[in-house]
Amino acid sequence: MTASPASPASLPVTAPPGPAAPLDLLYSETEEGLRAAVRSLLADRCDAAAVLARAESGTPHDPALWHTLAADIGAAGLLVPEKLGGQGASHREAAVVLEELGRAVAPLPYLTSSVLATEILLGCDTPDVAPLLRELAAGRRVCVPAVPLTLAPGAPLPAPVKDAGGGVLTGTVTSVADAAAADVLLVLADTGLYAVPAASAAPTPLVPLDLTRPLARITLDAAAGTRLADPATARAAVAGALLSGAGLLASEQLGIAEWCLTRTVAHVRERHQFNRPVGSFQALKHRLARLWLDVASARAAARAAADALATGSPDAPLTVAVAQAYCSGVAVRAAEECVQLHGGTGMTWEHPAHLYLKRAKADSLALGTAGHHRGLVADFAELPAP
Amino acid sequence: MTVTAEELRTRVRDLLAAHPVDRTASADFLRARFDAGLAWVHYPEGLGGLGAPRSLQAAVDAELAAAGAPDNDPRRIGIGLGMAAPTILAYGTDEQKRRFLRPLWVGEEVWCQLFSEPGAGSDLAALGTRAVLDEQAGEWVVDGQKVWTSSAHTARWAILIARTDPTLPKHRGITYFLCDMHDPGVEVRPLRQITGEAEFNEVFLTGVRIPDAHRLGPVGDGWAVARTTLMNERVSIGGMRIPREGGMIAPVAAAWRGRPELRTHALHQRLLELWVEAEVARLTGERLRQQLVAGQPGPEGSGMKLTFARLNQEISGLEVELLGEEGLLYEDWTMRRPELVDFTGRDAGYRYLRAKGNSIEGGTSEILLNIVAERVLGLPPEPRDDKDLAWKDLAR
Repeated sequence: MTASPASPASLPVTAPPGPAAPLDLLYSETEEGLRAAVRSLLADRCDAAAVLARAESGTPHDPALWHTLAADIGAAGLLVPEKLGGQGASHREAAVVLEELGRAVAPLPYLTSSVLATEILLGCDTPDVAPLLRELAAGRRVCVPAVPLTLAPGAPLPAPVKDAGGGVLTGTVTSVADAAAADVLLVLADTGLYAVPAASAAPTPLVPLDLTRPLARITLDAAAGTRLADPATARAAVAGALLSGAGLLASEQLGIAEWCLTRTVAHVRERHQFNRPVGSFQALKHRLARLWLDVASARAAARAAADALATGSPDAPLTVAVAQAYCSGVAVRAAEECVQLHGGTGMTWEHPAHLYLKRAKADSLALGTAGHHRGLVADFAELPAP
Repeated sequence: MTVTAEELRTRVRDLLAAHPVDRTASADFLRARFDAGLAWVHYPEGLGGLGAPRSLQAAVDAELAAAGAPDNDPRRIGIGLGMAAPTILAYGTDEQKRRFLRPLWVGEEVWCQLFSEPGAGSDLAALGTRAVLDEQAGEWVVDGQKVWTSSAHTARWAILIARTDPTLPKHRGITYFLCDMHDPGVEVRPLRQITGEAEFNEVFLTGVRIPDAHRLGPVGDGWAVARTTLMNERVSIGGMRIPREGGMIAPVAAAWRGRPELRTHALHQRLLELWVEAEVARLTGERLRQQLVAGQPGPEGSGMKLTFARLNQEISGLEVELLGEEGLLYEDWTMRRPELVDFTGRDAGYRYLRAKGNSIEGGTSEILLNIVAERVLGLPPEPRDDKDLAWKDLAR
C-alpha cells in the first residue's frame, strides 16, 4: 500500500502519568572509552573457556581480574564521589561496565559490590561508612549486601536477622550473591544496618542455576557487626540501592542479549544445511531480525534507566521498572534463541551458550521479576489492578 | 559557506516582518517562505532551501509555528513532501525542479504514488504497467493498473513507474515518470476497505500520454530512482518525537482509568505488557532521533515501523476486548472518502481494523524483516532465480 503509515503521534494525549524527563539515550565518548578498556580486558582474560573452567573449579571469581577491573581501570569506584576516593562518575558509566560484563558473563562481583553495596553505603552517614567506601572504590575490598538476590525494589524488606544488643547479630539469609568473594557483608537487622566480616558469617555455598554468579547461605550466630545506619536510614538506603541495582541490571541484560544475538548471527551465516547457509532461510532471518529489534529496544530502555538514575530524575522509578519489565525478557529470549539456533551444539557443555542462558534466566529473577516490575508500572502509571 | 542557526533565525524574523501572518493569505505566506529558503532548509537555494544542515529545520518550524504562521499541512501532502520531492531533487532536471517543488511544498499540488499493482506489491519490480515511446510525438503512452493509491482522488500529480523494456530482467527495464492525474486516460476508482471506507484507490491508465520532459532520470533506470523514493518513505517513518502514552495506547489507558467496571485481571496483565512495550518503543524512537541529531544515524530506523505496526495491532485488539459489550459494535459502515487516516476521530473497532494495514502499507512487515536481516545483520539472501530472467519470461 502506498498510504502514509499510521502516525503514532496523531492520537490525543490523555493524562500522561507525569512528565517524561528529557533523557540522554546515547553513549558519550568517555563512556565509549571506558567500554573499550573493559572489553579489551575481558577479551584478554575472561573468554568463555576461562569462565567455564573457573565455574567448574567451584571458585568462579577471579581475584586478579577483579583487581585489574576494580582498581586499575577504576570501575569499582565509578559511583563513589571523588572526595571518597572514587571516580565521581555516574550510573551511565557503571551501566556501560555492566553491558560489557554481561557480554562476557564475567564472574565478577560488580553488581553486588560496586553497585548494590556501594549504593547502600552512599545512603548511610555514620563515620565508619567513608573508610569502607574508600576501600571499595580502590578495589581493596569486596562488600556485598546480605540479602537474597531476588529482593526487589518496592517489595517489603525482610528482616531475618535480629540484634541481641550492641550489634550481636543472629539469623540466616539465603541466596546471597557473591558472598564467597566478599570481605564484608552488609546486614540489614531490626536495629539498623551492620558491616560484618564475611569470615564470621559462615557463608555456605549453594548450587546456583547461574554458574557465574555464585550464591551462598549466610548464617550469623551472634556475629559482631559494626553499625552503619539506624533502621530508617538503613531501609531507605537499601531501597535506593535496589532501585539502582534493578536499573543497572538492565544494562547487564542488554549485554547478554547482544552477545547471544551476535554469536547466533555469526553461526547461522556459517552453518550450512540443504546446501545453503541456514541464515538464508526466511524463517530464521525473521526470528533474528525480530530479536535484533528487541535488542535495539532493550538498549533504549536500559540507557533510559541509567540516565534517569544518573540525573536523579523523579521519573527514575518508572523508567527503571519499564527497563526491568522489558530487558529481562529480551535477555532470556536471546539466550533461548541462541541455544535453539545453534542446534545440538547449543545444548553442549563446551559451547558457552548455556552460561548465557543460565545468567539470563537467573537475572530475570534478580532484583524483581518482570511481573513484579509491571506491578510497579501499574502504580506509577496509574493503571490500577481491578 | 554553511548557514548557521542564528542566520536562520534572522531570516525567519525578516520573513515574518515582510509578510505579517495576520494580513497575508495563507498560500502567499507559504510561497514567500519557500522563496526565503525556509521551506526545507537543507534543499539548495532557489528550491526552497539554503543548503543548511537538515537538523536546523526543526527550529525554523517551531519558530514559525510559535508566530502563528500558516501550515502547509504536511499530513495532507505527505506523499509529495516525503517521497516525490526528495526524488525530484535527486534526479530531476533543473526545469522539473523549478516547475514542481514550489507548488508541491506550498500544498497547491497534491501528489500520489503510482507504484503498486495488483500483481506487484512486495515484489514491486515485477510491475507490468507498460510505457511505450511514441518517438514522433516525443511522448510515452502508458497502459496498466495501479492499486492502493492513497490521495489519488485529490492528487494533481503522481510519481509513476512503468515498464519500458520487457526483454530485460525486471529491475532493469523500468522507467520513472511524473504523471498528470488530469490527463485523459487516467481513471481513479475508490477501493473500499475492511473499515468500510475508501481511503485508497485503484488507478486505471489507458493510453495516457506523458511527455518525455516528464520522465525522471534515464530511460531504464527507474528502479534506482524508485529506491530513492522508497528509502525516503521509510526515513519519514522514524524520527518523530512522541510524548509518553502518545500513541495507540492513549485511548486504552484512558478507558482503563475512566471505567473501572471494565477491568479484569487478565486484561490488566496484557495492558501493562503493552504499556511497557509502547513506552520502550517511544524511548527507542527518541534514541533514534538523538542519533540523527548527533549525526550518528543508526539502523534502528528500519525497525521502528515494524514495532509500531505490531503494537498498534495488539493494542487496538486489546481495546476492543476491554470495551466488552461495546466492543461488539461498530460506529458506522457508510462508505466515506477520507483525505487522511484518522485514528483519533473514530472508535475502537475502526482502530482495530485500520491497524491491520500498518503491517502491509509502506512495505510489509515480512519484507522489512528481510531488509533488517540482510542489511543490518548481514544474513544471506534467499536464493532467487528471477534476477537475470527477462521480465516477459517471468511466471505470472
